[in-house]
Amino acid sequence: MISFPPFALEVRGLVKRFERPAVDGLDLAVRAGEFYTLLGPNGAGKTTTLRMIAGLMRPDAGSIRIAGIDALADPVKAKQITAWISDEPMIYDKLTPREYLEFVAGLWAVEPPLAEQRADELLRWLGLAANADDRCESFSKGMRQKIALAGALVHEPRVIILDEPLTGLDAGSARQVKTILRERTRAGGTVIMTTHILEVAERMADRIGVIAHGKLVAEGTLAELRLQAGERTGAGASLEDTFLALVDAEAQAA
Amino acid sequence: MTARPGTAVWFAQHESRLAWRDWLAMLTAGRRERLWKVAIAVGAFVAIMHAVAYSLLGRFAAAPLDKTMLVAISASLLLSWLLMVSQAMESMTRAFYSRSDLDLILASPVAAHRLFAVRIATIALAGAVMALPLALPFVDMLIVRGGLRWLGAYGVILAMGAAAGALAVVLTVALFRMIGPKRTRLVAQIAAAVIGAAFVIGVQVVAILSYGTLSRTDVLQSDAVLALMPDIGSIFWWPARAVIGDAAALVGVLTTSLMLLAAVVAIVAPRFGEYALAATGAGSTAVARARAPTGFARTSPRRALRSKEWILLRRDPWLVSQTLMQMLYLVPPAVMLWRSFASGGGSSLLVPVLVMAAGQLAGGLAWLTISGEDAPDLVATAPVPLRFILRAKVEAVLGIIALIFAPLIAALAIAAPWHGVVTGCGVVIAATSATAIQLWFRTQAKRSQFRRRQVSSRIATFAEAFSSIGWAAIAAVAAVNLWLAVVPAVIALVLIAGAWFISPRERAIAR
Repeated sequence: MISFPPFALEVRGLVKRFERPAVDGLDLAVRAGEFYTLLGPNGAGKTTTLRMIAGLMRPDAGSIRIAGIDALADPVKAKQITAWISDEPMIYDKLTPREYLEFVAGLWAVEPPLAEQRADELLRWLGLAANADDRCESFSKGMRQKIALAGALVHEPRVIILDEPLTGLDAGSARQVKTILRERTRAGGTVIMTTHILEVAERMADRIGVIAHGKLVAEGTLAELRLQAGERTGAGASLEDTFLALVDAEAQAA
Repeated sequence: MTARPGTAVWFAQHESRLAWRDWLAMLTAGRRERLWKVAIAVGAFVAIMHAVAYSLLGRFAAAPLDKTMLVAISASLLLSWLLMVSQAMESMTRAFYSRSDLDLILASPVAAHRLFAVRIATIALAGAVMALPLALPFVDMLIVRGGLRWLGAYGVILAMGAAAGALAVVLTVALFRMIGPKRTRLVAQIAAAVIGAAFVIGVQVVAILSYGTLSRTDVLQSDAVLALMPDIGSIFWWPARAVIGDAAALVGVLTTSLMLLAAVVAIVAPRFGEYALAATGAGSTAVARARAPTGFARTSPRRALRSKEWILLRRDPWLVSQTLMQMLYLVPPAVMLWRSFASGGGSSLLVPVLVMAAGQLAGGLAWLTISGEDAPDLVATAPVPLRFILRAKVEAVLGIIALIFAPLIAALAIAAPWHGVVTGCGVVIAATSATAIQLWFRTQAKRSQFRRRQVSSRIATFAEAFSSIGWAAIAAVAAVNLWLAVVPAVIALVLIAGAWFISPRERAIAR
């Protein structure tokens, strides 16, 4: 019988220091098929955390397991099942979307017929089929972000890590991205995302983690967060009120 | 004192401040504390150049005014002027295609044409200013040894800058109007490269065909060329006469150049904004399409990386123009090679030329592929070990070098087998050394920052230049006597190993 690890992501005692601690003993556990959102004020350590999980930065201490794989001991194996998208879509101006997706599929060693089929589907789904053979240099930020997303999905990752993926997108593009991410979690994939748009976290996340000063200060569903915020917020408080109350409490404690 | 806002003087102050800060940042790599080191280095450079100029130009300082002297001065001026035109065309293209403050200027209630007039004049005069540090030691030594009459050279440099700027603006705008903003970018860069190299290459080719040598002096001082030249009283010699202190010629040259620049500024400045807007919008209006899809190819991650690098290099307009320039510089050796087939001699001169060209080209390509990665996160999060990624990038560089140089080396090997073997080894070693240096000093940068890559690591720049020149010299010696090349080769290896030792990557590992 095949046993699946209960968590898509397990982070224990994660530490990263620059001039001061950016991430300070962070613990995090995200279940498979979950849509998890990390919230926090600027400089809280969200992006640093995600970059360490994605293998872009080595932590000073702690452990990261992705679907049971020790990401620090075997980063290549962990990367095989993850995808990373940053707020600034980094694609090649001189490649076309099809060429870009072919390149990404090559990096992840996806079988060419399968990769091509997925690429065509993704480009159609994202409304980029008509531009599939145009060089990306003429594309808007929204189009670039969609291509980056297509690149992240073309190898069918089990864990998708996104840092502010909706920044700068128009309403239509943002909705498309949200729909695709939701589809992924319905299909069993796991999404871990940071966002400044609280409404997105409120409507999409199964669970929300609040991070401040490099530590996880609260975690749970919106209802659970309201409970944790306690009397600082009233009944039926919005996520914004709850978030601010939790961050204020942490700031006072610090 | 600050001028009244919106006036040409106010804009000139604004542009000078930006240019000064940009220049400082370029010299100090953004670290002000390095300024004194830069000042010492520049001072030492100027002092050494004065010494070099003293020994080189002493005999010319008091030489009689004859056709030989006028030809020598005119040829030097023409060469410098073409380089200034090339530089100004590059600057003009950049000014058109960089959006920077265009929105702010055009949205403000000031007379934008004044700023654009200042900007065009700045491009023109920047050529003269940039030529000054190089010309200064030579002119100073001519003044010291030949008298104050040589002061006219400074006026000629100013005139050359103005005329070069004016021509560059006319050429760029003409291209813009003829072939449109999308294609002008690439064509202007190629034209700039060709203009910069054309004179040197042309004279060298003539020298090879006529005298079997790469020396330009042999041609320019030949009886045939001197006989073709007009009399020394002709207006043709005005720039050269102005250099040696002919006041009337100096006034004539300066007036003509400055009037030319003023006319160009008056005509182009009011339309500059319109051109720049068209240029920055070129990306969204004209879409470059790739070949019709042929299906995804079966590939490995390494092959995918190599193939991506080759596609990007092929589509990089700057690289295309620079590679073309490198290829142009290979024209004289190629002509020499062709000639040596007939005569059976002269091929030894080709050895260092080919080795140095390979080293320089490999250094540029290596920076673009290794450091100039536009999607670093994507490559870093791919399930491919770093060593495979780097190996694929190095293979992409060496593949291109092999493609370009293999035919030349093969031809050389047929003409002179030993020289072919030495050149082959030299090209491989020089290209590998330059690539290795870029690998050790790799940074994370956008490809568009290529022009300023020297700023990020001066050690890497010097090491790369030393490596190319060093291996070229060693190959030249080895072509004559292999054993004589052993000691310099060991020294070169030790110095390259020193670069590896102090490279940041190695320090990181040591930590």
